[in-house]
Amino acid sequence: MWLYILKRVLQGLLTVWFIATATFFAMHNVPGDPLTNDRAMTETTRANLEAKYGLDQPITIQYLIFLRNLARGDFGISFVQENREVNDIIREHFPVSAILGVLAVVFAATGGVLFGALTALYRNRLPDYLIMFLVILGISVPSFVVAALSQLSLVSLNSLVGFTVLPVAGWGTVMHMLVPALVLGLSTMAYLTRLMRSSMLEVTSSDYVRTAKSKGVPPTRIFTRHQLRNAILPVVTVLGPAIAAITTGGFVVELVFAIPGLGRYFVEAVQQLDYTVIMGTTVFYGAFLVFMVILVDVVYGFIDPRVRLDS
Amino acid sequence: MSDLTAASFAPLSDQQLSQSIARPSLSYWQDAWSRLRANKRALVSLYIVIVLLLFTVFGPVVWPVDPAMQDIDQISQPPGTDRTATLVAEYEPWFGTSGLPGAGLRLAEKATSQAVRLQWDALDDASGHRVYRNLFPVGPELSYGIPMAEFLNNDTLYFEDRLDLQPGRFYYVVVALDERGLITDRYQSISVDVERVTTLAEALERGLITESEAVQIGDKIALAWHPFGTDYLGRDLLARLMAGARVSLFIGIGAPFLFVLFGVVYGSAAGFMGGRVDQLMMRFADFVVALPFLLFMILFKIAFGIGPGESGVFPMLVALVVLLWPATARLVRGQILQIREQGYISASQLLGASTPYLIMRHMIPNTLGVVLVTVTFAIPSAIFTEAFLSFIGMGVAPPTPSWGSMSNEGIKTMLTTPHELFFPALFISFTVLAFNLLGDGLRDALDARMRNVE
Repeated sequence: MWLYILKRVLQGLLTVWFIATATFFAMHNVPGDPLTNDRAMTETTRANLEAKYGLDQPITIQYLIFLRNLARGDFGISFVQENREVNDIIREHFPVSAILGVLAVVFAATGGVLFGALTALYRNRLPDYLIMFLVILGISVPSFVVAALSQLSLVSLNSLVGFTVLPVAGWGTVMHMLVPALVLGLSTMAYLTRLMRSSMLEVTSSDYVRTAKSKGVPPTRIFTRHQLRNAILPVVTVLGPAIAAITTGGFVVELVFAIPGLGRYFVEAVQQLDYTVIMGTTVFYGAFLVFMVILVDVVYGFIDPRVRLDS
Repeated sequence: MSDLTAASFAPLSDQQLSQSIARPSLSYWQDAWSRLRANKRALVSLYIVIVLLLFTVFGPVVWPVDPAMQDIDQISQPPGTDRTATLVAEYEPWFGTSGLPGAGLRLAEKATSQAVRLQWDALDDASGHRVYRNLFPVGPELSYGIPMAEFLNNDTLYFEDRLDLQPGRFYYVVVALDERGLITDRYQSISVDVERVTTLAEALERGLITESEAVQIGDKIALAWHPFGTDYLGRDLLARLMAGARVSLFIGIGAPFLFVLFGVVYGSAAGFMGGRVDQLMMRFADFVVALPFLLFMILFKIAFGIGPGESGVFPMLVALVVLLWPATARLVRGQILQIREQGYISASQLLGASTPYLIMRHMIPNTLGVVLVTVTFAIPSAIFTEAFLSFIGMGVAPPTPSWGSMSNEGIKTMLTTPHELFFPALFISFTVLAFNLLGDGLRDALDARMRNVE
């Protein structure tokens, strides 16, 4: 067990190195550089700035310096916001994205499991059709449209009631988080609902459920102990990639709802060609995702005793 | 009992076939097609996809309007707006009409989109006036609207508005100013219905009428028709949707096709070679899978760079292919490994089949179903990615329209002119929905386990 986790972590570190390398070389292939902007600059100033950021070194040296700093957990200083460390930016804005992402995952997972189980229970009856219709909408309507529409309905709701029930945009309180998290988690919820439904249907027609029924186990107990517990397994497997999709897919929701998350920061940094911020954010996100997937796999091993992690 | 005779126990003759194949033998694809046809949802989706492709390819032939052309007479007009315009004479300067009948704030002439000419009598104790224009009547909170002009004496009691006049209702307010030039709460207001007009020269220039047509001042002519309305720059929405469909479907179909092709080659190579090469190749694929997708989409896109005048469609295509091939490669490798162990492969080898024959006859046809389903499901996600990137301004460069960038533009005027967001969003949703349902149907139809299940 521990050997397996160690192996996975080492693999994960190798993957992070690959991500860092890909980011570094993609970034150095970008035309233009962060020192080119509308401010006039003399040759001397430019040379000094290049020396400060190490841009005057050959690319291999730059790469080695980058890797050395990375190993120390130092992402460098922002080009655009002078003297601000990339670590500070991540420390300040990542929690916002993380809270939003976690909330969205919670929404998606609980909603997906609940609705999926419901549709399977009421197969080919009204609740099934209703939920599956909503699922199809959730899969095919792009998130920015859902975000815009939910803002629109929030405006009319607030003006109808006469006071601000739920804020339309911004960040700060729990109230600010609810609607963006719901919008962010919607497509994943739709996906999980479908998955849960098919896995539920498969479990329902399995031998052990039939055996339990013939033994006279009460239906609620069959549902909770046999069907739900077994049907939930595939949902847990895709939760790792789902977390990945949700945390990096937060840009649009952060943009539309004016949330000061890291995704919005990344888009801004790309527009301003802020090398260090772009590289730092990408590597950070990559590492986060890699270890999230490892975590989910390990947890899966605990949930499903059939999975032997050692082998 | 007495019915049974010795003849009843006679053996069946050879003519009465004891074993026969009752149904015609169907190939894998015929069987899949018949099952797909039985699936109504998938079939309707297939028709929608075909109509979309026709819309993209032949749309511009049927509706040859330039998607970049601006119709400055009709800006942000929803579909079905009245598009008649009255021909009027050329504009001539105006300095008030002396002896205009009536009292208070009044129109000197009929209000047109060429000019609104207002004239008024000096308000009580006014040392000057300020003119406002608004879209709403003055409420109890005394909101007048946008200030248009200010006169610090009572010599000028007329005003001509020519600023961005659109057909519709405007409210003009004249507020009295005190001797220091500050506004007082004495005002007069008037509601004005502006009529759309055009001059002969303008109509000729924009091709609304031809030289040979005998039209006179006062005649009504029709402006250009925009079935889906126009956007905030007066561009025809239908033409833009068609041009946008080209970009969206080019990326949506091109990218999955390319990365699935690459994935098939890579995956089958790894599966065939096996051993250490397979291990290495798959480890590399795992690395690529671990890259945070959207971040690298953006990174690669800017790394490829967009030169001036380029649309940025090609970099996006390349970025999608570079990032998305491993999933297919893994899938195909798994399939190949599985098929390699199948009995029919050994049987075929035993009968002396060569490796190319095995690949062409057995391996590829048997993975094709899975691959086809992958392509169908990859299309909606590619369309989504394009729309998403264009929406945050990292996609195709303007003025090239795509459904995503059109949604991005439309969302800004969502409250006043919702049609600008509605149509592109509808097209994205419909396309994604159609491909998703088609993918579902294909998966069910191609699943060999479903074969002969009725």
